[in-house]
Amino acid sequence: MAEGGLLSLLMGGITGGGIRVVDLTMTLQPDVPTIVMPPEFGQSWPFRMEEISKYDHRGPFCYWNNLSCGEHTGTHFDAPIHWVSGKDLPENATDTIPVEKFLAHACVIDCSAQAEADADFLLTQDMIEAWEAEHGQIPARSWLLMRTDWSLKRDGVAYMNMDQEGAHTPGPHEDLIPWLIEERDVIGFGCEAVGTDAGQAGHFNVPYPCHYHMHGNNRFGLPALTNLDALPPQGAVLITPPLKIRQGSGSPARVLALVEGEVED
Amino acid sequence: MTTPLPPPRKKDPVARTRAPTQPPGNRSREAQGLTAMAAVGRFALQCCADCGQVQYPPRQICGQCLGDDLPWRDVDTSGTLLAETKLHHANDLFFRDRVPWRLGVVGMDAGPSVVAHLAEDCRQGDRVNLSLNLDRSGHAVMNARPETPGPNQEDDMQLRELSMDPKGRRVLIVNGKTALGLALARSFKAAGSREIFVGQAEPWKAAPAFEAIKALDGVTTFPLDVTDTDSVGELASVLGGKVEILVNNSYHLRPGGAVDRMDMNVSREEMDIHYFGLLRLAGTFGAAMRGRGADGAHGACAWVNVLSAYAQVNNPAFGTYSASQAAARSLAQCLRAEMAPGGIRVVNAYVGPLDDEWHQMVPPPKLGPDTVAARVIRALQQGHEDLAIGAVAEEIAERLAENPKEIEREIKL
Repeated sequence: MAEGGLLSLLMGGITGGGIRVVDLTMTLQPDVPTIVMPPEFGQSWPFRMEEISKYDHRGPFCYWNNLSCGEHTGTHFDAPIHWVSGKDLPENATDTIPVEKFLAHACVIDCSAQAEADADFLLTQDMIEAWEAEHGQIPARSWLLMRTDWSLKRDGVAYMNMDQEGAHTPGPHEDLIPWLIEERDVIGFGCEAVGTDAGQAGHFNVPYPCHYHMHGNNRFGLPALTNLDALPPQGAVLITPPLKIRQGSGSPARVLALVEGEVED
Repeated sequence: MTTPLPPPRKKDPVARTRAPTQPPGNRSREAQGLTAMAAVGRFALQCCADCGQVQYPPRQICGQCLGDDLPWRDVDTSGTLLAETKLHHANDLFFRDRVPWRLGVVGMDAGPSVVAHLAEDCRQGDRVNLSLNLDRSGHAVMNARPETPGPNQEDDMQLRELSMDPKGRRVLIVNGKTALGLALARSFKAAGSREIFVGQAEPWKAAPAFEAIKALDGVTTFPLDVTDTDSVGELASVLGGKVEILVNNSYHLRPGGAVDRMDMNVSREEMDIHYFGLLRLAGTFGAAMRGRGADGAHGACAWVNVLSAYAQVNNPAFGTYSASQAAARSLAQCLRAEMAPGGIRVVNAYVGPLDDEWHQMVPPPKLGPDTVAARVIRALQQGHEDLAIGAVAEEIAERLAENPKEIEREIKL
């Protein structure tokens, strides 16, 4: 790379200081819950791992595993083709989405206090506008990430928080999503819970509005993130490529954020 | 009166665990007929079709008239103890570990005189009842008990060698999230089990049965997902040296067959839970249990698989489910052979339709969980190996023995 070029400036920041790389990804392991559907519907496979060999009689030189899981397992990328509203859009699957869309700016709104007080907390336009008054308007083609600290719940029961009326996890209000698309032109919505919609979103007027509207407008989802508390309200850059699965509706992703500033001790 | 069973004790950490041995296991092909009867809890002997003579031991030709048609028929279990003796020395390694051992000759009301293992409180001249039981080699032996049961009869040490009595033993129930899991936990507790361990998969999905299990005394719950190799291995590392009876009641029923409901995911889940689940349990718990087959009066003794009666003949309304059950049944036969050197009995309990959510569209008769649990306990106490539970399972067993093609063509929900 040419000295003084844009990329060398970037790499200088990453290796020499000034740019932190933050891992926003859950560890994939068998006890990570996947989204629960009614039992008569199809179910997503959980993450499973079977050893191929571990320097033993099955393969003396190497350790490796066979994996299985659904496309929407752990920290993952939701492609527009995931939802019926996005099924006929162009460039809507993991193999056809233009790759530059996997790099985007992120705005992070801290809802951790509200989520702690109310598991069914819904993020509204009013809150976003108040946040913008402090941190500036959400730029076009930015992720909106909802920080709830929900990912700190390591226990699957607390994380899924289900009762007989479904899951109780925070998410966006159904009126917020069209506004985010039409007025702020976001690239997608990310959060810490198991899906981008609130746990009770199946009961909304438009069921699962974040999926319905975001994917219907060729936007993306990024659920089950962690470490959102390490990001600034504005200015982080997210790297979110899913696996290049033919006509994939999503994929587990190693989501990284680039953040300006020194590493905090 | 039978000597009461001593309470289970904590393991002496410096005492070597006795290696399992087997009683003599060679049998003729005819004598395996006794094994077939003992396996299902029947007391049947060959009866000559020509002269009616009851035969013992089993043979090819009638001892009285030389007729060669000797069908197996249930016969009277009563008899009189003609002679008794106590073995104080044996060269056979199995009995050497267990002397003194009581044996006797019983004159059966049905005709033959038989050599039988004797319960502690049988005396010469007593009226006795005979049973055919599988011994630790998996073969049938005659066993005599007083006609009128005495106190603590179930504690008889010779009988415990022939049964898999849950009393004083520690039990793992694999699936605590079904009504059957709850009924099993309650029944094992009532049968005097020392500790009951119960597994739970996907804890974020609530199950009323599991909540009720957690409220029982003497029950400890553990995370256990038979589709997760790590999960099964982790539990085996905790409980492998403790479990004396393992009950694999994994259950995942979805209606549908191969043509009209082509769904690889559902079919794979069924295989993962019923077949690979059993394989994971066998690979992690099997060796530890087998090594404790002779670990005193409360050693490891039984592995129970709750299987569908449709494991034996496919019900196309539950076609892929039946196929996964058939796979599990075949693996259970493999497990049976592999566990035999430890004297661990593999019990297959074939159940008809349960009265649960997934059998909503199935007409009665349907089985309640308490019925299944009670039959499992009884089979363990009496030493049975294969049991058909409920009218549907019993009918399937009968029709399969009679004409497998008929039931293949005619099976209905």
